Amino acid sequence: MTYTIEGRTGPWEVVIGLEVHAQVTSQAKLFSGAATEFGAAPNSQVSFVDAGFPGMLPVINQECVAQAVRTGLGLKAEIHLWSRFDRKNYFYADLPQGYQISQFAHPIVGTGTVEITLADGSTKPIGITRLHLEQDAGKSLHDQHPSKSFIDLNRSGVALMEIVSEPDMRSPEEAGAYLTKLRQIVRYLGTCDGNMDEGSMRADVNVSVRKAGEGFRTRCEVKNVNSIRFVMQAVEAEARRQIEVWEEGGTVEQETRLFDTGRGVTRSMRSKEDAHDYRYFPDPDLPPLVLEADWVESLKASLPELPDERRARYVAMGLSPYDAHVLTLERETAAFFEAVASRRDAKTVANWVTGDFFAALNRTGLGIEESPVGAEALGELLDLIADKTINGKIAKDVLAIMFETGERPGAIVDARGLRQVVDTGAIEAAIDQVMAANADKVAEYRSGKEKLFGFFVGQVMKAMQGKGNPALVNEVLKQKLA
Amino acid sequence: MHPTDFTLRGAIEALNEGIISSVELTQAHLDAIAALNPRLNAYVTVTGERALEQARASDARRREGVAGPLEGVPLAIKDLFCTAGTLTTAGSRILASFTPPYESTVSANLLRDGAVFLGKANLDEFAMGSSNTTSAFGPVENPWSRANDPDTRLVPGGSSGGSAAAVAARLALGATATDTGGSIRQPAALCGVAGMKPTYGRCSRFGIVAFASSLDQAGPLARTVEDCAILLRSMAGYDPKDSTSADIPVPDFAAACARGVKGLRIGVPKEYRLDGMPAEIEALWQQGLAWLREQGAETVEISLPHTKYALPTYYIVAPAEASSNLARYDGVRFGLRVTEPGSDLRDLYERTRATGFGTEVRRRILIGTYVLSAGYYDAYYLKAQKIRALIKRDFDQAFGKVDAIVTPATPSAAFGMDEKQDDPVKMYLNDVFTVTANLAGLPGIAVPAGLDAQGLPLGLQVIGKSFDEETVFAVGAAIEQAANFTALPRLRAGA
Repeated sequence: MTYTIEGRTGPWEVVIGLEVHAQVTSQAKLFSGAATEFGAAPNSQVSFVDAGFPGMLPVINQECVAQAVRTGLGLKAEIHLWSRFDRKNYFYADLPQGYQISQFAHPIVGTGTVEITLADGSTKPIGITRLHLEQDAGKSLHDQHPSKSFIDLNRSGVALMEIVSEPDMRSPEEAGAYLTKLRQIVRYLGTCDGNMDEGSMRADVNVSVRKAGEGFRTRCEVKNVNSIRFVMQAVEAEARRQIEVWEEGGTVEQETRLFDTGRGVTRSMRSKEDAHDYRYFPDPDLPPLVLEADWVESLKASLPELPDERRARYVAMGLSPYDAHVLTLERETAAFFEAVASRRDAKTVANWVTGDFFAALNRTGLGIEESPVGAEALGELLDLIADKTINGKIAKDVLAIMFETGERPGAIVDARGLRQVVDTGAIEAAIDQVMAANADKVAEYRSGKEKLFGFFVGQVMKAMQGKGNPALVNEVLKQKLA
Repeated sequence: MHPTDFTLRGAIEALNEGIISSVELTQAHLDAIAALNPRLNAYVTVTGERALEQARASDARRREGVAGPLEGVPLAIKDLFCTAGTLTTAGSRILASFTPPYESTVSANLLRDGAVFLGKANLDEFAMGSSNTTSAFGPVENPWSRANDPDTRLVPGGSSGGSAAAVAARLALGATATDTGGSIRQPAALCGVAGMKPTYGRCSRFGIVAFASSLDQAGPLARTVEDCAILLRSMAGYDPKDSTSADIPVPDFAAACARGVKGLRIGVPKEYRLDGMPAEIEALWQQGLAWLREQGAETVEISLPHTKYALPTYYIVAPAEASSNLARYDGVRFGLRVTEPGSDLRDLYERTRATGFGTEVRRRILIGTYVLSAGYYDAYYLKAQKIRALIKRDFDQAFGKVDAIVTPATPSAAFGMDEKQDDPVKMYLNDVFTVTANLAGLPGIAVPAGLDAQGLPLGLQVIGKSFDEETVFAVGAAIEQAANFTALPRLRAGA
């Protein structure tokens, strides 16, 4: 079903393309040796190159190039063995050189594809147009002084990957799913930490609307949107604005807009007429970037398993597509799952991780890395079920105690006497007691009301404080009721 | 003999033999600077105390038996090279009070080899000019003057006019310079000294204030070809801080000076015979070729068909790069800042750059901005790059047939300070014989070869294959030897 927005003149289709800026995970900047750590004191990570001092020259950081290639490979994209850096010229106080070094005409990565998964379980391929490397600018701080602006150059020169998609998305959900997937891929690859609230990933959202069957209409670019939720909101707000313009007989002008997160609307930033003439030309300080095919191959060979492949492997292990999807969303979750699932039944582990474990973790509000219950402890709990020390119901209680106290499951079971009862004598005694107390129900059952079997199981388990082995209880009960 | 009259090589020998100390040699040059610089204006900054300190340290090293190849030799450093702790102005008001905390690789290499720095040599603003009249710190005067008109003050050429004038007037044994379109070779020729622009990539550009990055190249100015060879060996070398520097060994250039030219094929490009070129320059050129034939070389007419497009191409490429390179002078982080209460950012840029940049620099920023603009890029910048490739191909084809090319260095001798100033295009023509080597990235040397009718020096240029400076030095030394250029400028130390 195609997503549409209903206007006065009928349904409108939305066309979306994203330009995502992803900060490259690296020790040093793209063209200088300065550090890149987030949150350092202002202007404490700035070399003379980053500050654009006279006579300073850029030198490419090979690790940043490797990260861009890895990302390109993760996007199933073409790696260009020959690429080039250009200068994008404009004046701004936080742009020390007066130009940004970027790849305009010849990016390092060409066309690729990302497959997104939607809520209904369906998938859709989204085309990647290109990925290029560029420097970040510094940061202007306008709120530190009543009449002055301050400049922090820590970000100046930090390596960014600009990942440009085709206009292949048709709904806010698809845009959100695409950004989620992109973030998932770079985090799996370790090429970008994906921290959108620290600005490590931000998106420029291109939106246009059209009637079914039409070609593209004029698009607007909503700049610097910094969360997946805001991207989805911005798409809808901008699409609705454009529909209104068209339906009132107006024309959408190509322009750059900003998303006001407070009011949920987009505002005009600059029109096409005010657009900069960036005077791109090849940076004469940098020779073309030439990669050796062998080097690219070695990066490819050492690439970690990507989410799509991992998900397929999990399905092959017997997991449901949904569980496989959920478990592979974050690299850390998948690692946790695999740590528990090694030497254990994958499907059982998946059920526990996505079920009770996630539920308990959600209640704590903690991430999987800070979980008070580690993979080893959860594994021990599942082993206690497998060797029939406890049953599944008791295990849920033990897990809750584990989250509360951090104790190991074996210790909890021992200290609280939760070991399940497999002694047939004890089970028979409990059954006899329940049957004696419910003679009327026994009669009903025997006269054909077999639905009552569940009632007896419940009563017996209750009498045994839940510790009865469910299979044994079932078996003995069936014999006695016969 | 006055200590300032040593050649650089002679000074090294005298220092080695203990005939003179570096302190004495340095003091003699400082005295000469004190006497003549107020007139010549060859130095923007004289670092006398520092020079003597370096000289004392050098003498101490020599006593301890650790002497570098340039131990104790006093030099002038073009004020385009950043020198740690010493004012570096690029001849511009916008950097009038800029003291870099870092050292350029080339000047660091010279210090490593024991050199003493006398001070920073004047230059055209941001190295843009051919007469050293665009410096914010006043023009440099050529120590030479016309025999029949000694009162007309002449230009030393540019942009390395301060370096060339200092070397010619014996205010330094040698100097660093840079050459973007002829800025080493043209002033060398106009001042009667030798000047070598090496292959692009031979010297690191790290720490040199950029003019046009794809053309800029550092090189030496000195009174002999061999002195240039000695200096270049210290200046050159691969530098990981400059991505365009070449990772190849630096040969013993001085040894190459003695190779001779026997058996070499010397190309004579027919396109360098310009209409209206003074007859004495044509005559000197023929004389130079005859000298080389006498020493066993063969001269061959060659064609470099795209030569006529070289100047227009240069005046698109160089300003384009300059317009971008000079964007960093914005009054925000260093250098001049001109602002008024209530100024906004745009106002800060406009006031700072309008006040800080001189006319010629502003002209080139405007040209460069224009040729890179949307709608003009293809017609100008891209076209220029294509022609640049053709000019390079001309040379590649020529060097299939010849070992080196010999041409005049300049279309005229030194001219008066008030001549050619009204028409920038006339001024740009000074570089007509030199820009081609920059566009093709090739090494070239200017060697003093004779005097014109007014008694002013004229030079010949030798252009060589990429990274074959050795042949260029060999041919240059052969011309130098045959020319036996002994004339001296009127204004000089010890005169």
